[in-house]
Amino acid sequence: MDGATDDHKAGIAKWFLLRSPPGQIQQVAKDVQKILMSDKLYQQAASEAFPIYNMEQMICLELPDGSGQVLVSNCGALDSTHYLDLRTAQVATICTKIRPATDEELPSGFVEEYRSAIDSELLKYVEEAFPRGSCAVFCTAGSTAEEDDAPFELTALISASKISHQNFSSGSWRSTWKIQVNQELQSVDLTGKVHVNAHYFEEGNVQLDTNYEGSDSTVLQNPLDVATAVVNIIRSKESEYLLSLEESYSKLSDNTFKELRRKLPVTRTLFAWNNALQLSLSREVTRELSK
Amino acid sequence: MDAAMDLIRRMPPAEVEMALASLLVLLPDHSADLLSKVDQPLQEAWDDESGRQYLLCDYNRDGDSYRSPWSNKYDPPLEDGAMPSEKLRELEVEANEVFAIYRDQYYEGGTSSVYMWETEENGGFAACFLVKKDGSRKGEGRRGLLDHGLWDAIHIIEVSEEEGEAHYCLTSTVMLSFTTKDDPSMSFGLSGSIVRQMEADFPSTEGHLGNMGRMIEDMESKLRNGLDQVYFGKTKEVVFTMREPLEILTATSATGQSLQQAVVGDIVRRRSVH
Repeated sequence: MDGATDDHKAGIAKWFLLRSPPGQIQQVAKDVQKILMSDKLYQQAASEAFPIYNMEQMICLELPDGSGQVLVSNCGALDSTHYLDLRTAQVATICTKIRPATDEELPSGFVEEYRSAIDSELLKYVEEAFPRGSCAVFCTAGSTAEEDDAPFELTALISASKISHQNFSSGSWRSTWKIQVNQELQSVDLTGKVHVNAHYFEEGNVQLDTNYEGSDSTVLQNPLDVATAVVNIIRSKESEYLLSLEESYSKLSDNTFKELRRKLPVTRTLFAWNNALQLSLSREVTRELSK
Repeated sequence: MDAAMDLIRRMPPAEVEMALASLLVLLPDHSADLLSKVDQPLQEAWDDESGRQYLLCDYNRDGDSYRSPWSNKYDPPLEDGAMPSEKLRELEVEANEVFAIYRDQYYEGGTSSVYMWETEENGGFAACFLVKKDGSRKGEGRRGLLDHGLWDAIHIIEVSEEEGEAHYCLTSTVMLSFTTKDDPSMSFGLSGSIVRQMEADFPSTEGHLGNMGRMIEDMESKLRNGLDQVYFGKTKEVVFTMREPLEILTATSATGQSLQQAVVGDIVRRRSVH
């Protein structure tokens, strides 16, 4: 069999890298490097995979001057190495340097009022509910909108992760809430998706993969009131989701798992191996006799 | 190879087949090793002659053919396929019948197969007991709770005997994955794979089947409970430490902390007034 092409191999390496559980991409990268046995192929795969992985995982990076954090996501990506942080109006180049954002990169003053109001409210919620979470709000459409003018869309992102290699566990929480402001209809519509992953791998490999979708709307008011309403919606929807998760977990043992394997037979006693042996013996005899 | 095994332990268990296929492309020289070490969900086949399903694994395979535990024939047919001895085949037949009843009682459906073969040890032999269950709504799920639900169990027992006492060494692998979607707004999926070993000595005067059966039953219960309570429980812990429930009042929860701060602040304020 002819060896696989270089591109095919790099593609496979990229597949593995993108499926790294939260916080484990370094370990996965080490394994992939060893298996590929070619630095060139690894670089090819890694250079494609890392930006995608960082954006999907909503990795949070500390800004070097301590002015805050920047959330890596496709909402704030100017290109694969430059990410916008609107809270401080800066652009971060991954691994390299910081510069102020240009006017073209920033939303209009009108949009910015709503964006920053939602951002501050969101920060309060995230601080309260996520022990180690970060968030950001981006303008993902209509960034030049002015008062009484065009609709615009903001996207609020929340990213939290828990990584504990000593405890063989890791997890990530990623919320994406699209906020559509329609000035004509005076409405604010929200649609959100939350994606949660967890991995526990002490002498085993168990992973949780769960998704939530929710939506709601509120009336368009001044930025502060909209911010309060929007974040209240996010807070309550996400709390609802957490409650559903709690319920799913509590149903596991006696309901969900039963679909695969019961804890005990219907008789509520262990299997009677000896009886079964006798049963099978008599079955064999009956079968033989009926031939 | 170490890197490959480490990689498999981190990949989503539900995608292990794709992961193994990918590794085989990258490490063609290690294919024998990979195929034997990486646990895969079991494939099923239909035995026309006996009218029953059976499971495929390395232990009933010879070349590209597989032996059915019901008809004891290879498919596609083989002139000289590997076979257990007549005596072992008798035990194998009995084991398949009895294990099928066990399977029905615990799994309410599913497919099982038992294969046996002689080992180097004088009089020694080994057996593998396999179970596969599809518990999804379109499979054999009786309660209609699962969109997707698969359980695969592979138990390999090595038996050696000496003067009426037998030593059993069991290695069990369980792989499972399922997703529920009872709420249209939410999907919930868990998947996992664990391997455990157990050794025991039993008198072999009543034969081996009861001994092996009881060990397997014990092991399956341990694995099922372990997965359920420990492993799945840990993933729940991870989620709830990332995002705390806001309505709950505990000393460490966000609501509890802010309440404590409010109360303390109040006390301090009142004290400073006096």
